[in-house]
Amino acid sequence: MLSKRIIPCLLLKDHRLVKTKKFKNPNYIGDPCNTIRIFNELEVDELILLDINSHSNNHEINYSLLKDIATEAFMPMSYGGGIRTLDQARKIFEIGFEKIILNSLIFSSPSTVKKIVDEFGSQAVAASVDYKHNFFNKKNYVYINSGKINTGILVLDYCKNLMNLEIGEIFLTSINREGTWSGFDIETIEKIEKNVNVPLIAHGGCGSSEDIKTLLKLDICSLGIGSLVVYSKKDKGVLINMPNRFNV
Amino acid sequence: MITIVNYGIGNLGSMLNMFRHIGVKATIESDPVIIQKAEKLVLPGVGSFDAAMNNINSIAGLRDVLDYKALAERIPILGVCLGMQLLTRFSEEGKEPGLGWIPSRTCRFPKHTNLKVPHMGWNVALPNKPNLLTKQLSDNSRFYFVHSYYVKVDDPVHSIMRTHYDIDFDSAIEKDNIYGVQFHPEKSHKNGMQILKNFSLI
Repeated sequence: MLSKRIIPCLLLKDHRLVKTKKFKNPNYIGDPCNTIRIFNELEVDELILLDINSHSNNHEINYSLLKDIATEAFMPMSYGGGIRTLDQARKIFEIGFEKIILNSLIFSSPSTVKKIVDEFGSQAVAASVDYKHNFFNKKNYVYINSGKINTGILVLDYCKNLMNLEIGEIFLTSINREGTWSGFDIETIEKIEKNVNVPLIAHGGCGSSEDIKTLLKLDICSLGIGSLVVYSKKDKGVLINMPNRFNV
Repeated sequence: MITIVNYGIGNLGSMLNMFRHIGVKATIESDPVIIQKAEKLVLPGVGSFDAAMNNINSIAGLRDVLDYKALAERIPILGVCLGMQLLTRFSEEGKEPGLGWIPSRTCRFPKHTNLKVPHMGWNVALPNKPNLLTKQLSDNSRFYFVHSYYVKVDDPVHSIMRTHYDIDFDSAIEKDNIYGVQFHPEKSHKNGMQILKNFSLI
């Protein structure tokens, strides 16, 4: 039987790992390579690495750091942040990442996304979908550019539409819950899961083993965790750790 | 020394990293003249079946050298993921014929609404007979899979591991000196290291 994946999601900013809250206030966590080594020892299912600085001016993908990271990692690795061209995607695969994660590019250039999927296959391309709740009309809208620009598209419509691009996986993040330890947005996650035919990684808000348990009981393929794996407790110090999958 | 065949597709870096980590000498090569001298070959691969076969066939001399190493010289060869599917005669994914070294075919997972394809994540691969490649693995060893097509051998004698995902399929195959694994040993922690170590000792 296929196990559900519990995936630490690590955020990169200027060569360093950070953790944000609602996509803001990056807090320094540690050195990426050391952290990956710890996750190797913990034998995690998979790792996601996102460069959150990719929308600043003059940003370039830090291939040498990615190469150092890939050399240390003996689990599947995905990278997202600042990928705009087929060549950039190819470089990241060559370095040793299994998957790339695309976000703004899906909005700005679906034809480039299609080219990447055609060359490397659906299984190598994940779509990162960040959404925010509008408290006035109670609807969820997709945001791009690290959560800064509202596309005005409802998250469910957006995800359904992704199927046309033959993307292999959706990495779904609730901006409102990211880094808040307040639990997953179960309602939205379930609604999207029922409407897509690719694996879904639910992310944003996981704050306890109970949250993981709740989600694993549903039909969700996998879940992403951030704060829980880099802090010892809410509002406490940094501690790289991993909830034991047999205890959750 | 293990030679990882670079035919312009596939994730070669992580395979090389893993061999180095377990202390096995390995190198990445695309030149048929150098591959001609190889002692052991790994055929990696991600992407589509036709793109891979077209690439192999378009590098002058590569196909002939591979066929010679596999069928005449009979050195140990390991196909990984798409590299395993290339060992079959053909794939439902494309039109190009495969290498056809192991009597088998590559099929698509059944299409029905509640089956997520690709089959992506950690699943159990169960050894179904003693084999050099699967030595010292436990019965519930988990491996990392990412694929939308699976291999079906013509004769069960060539199946050495089975995995369940909606259907039971052949997750590792073997015929004489030729081996294939559908999962990614280079991304499967200790179990993956064991498979690669076993291969290096064949």
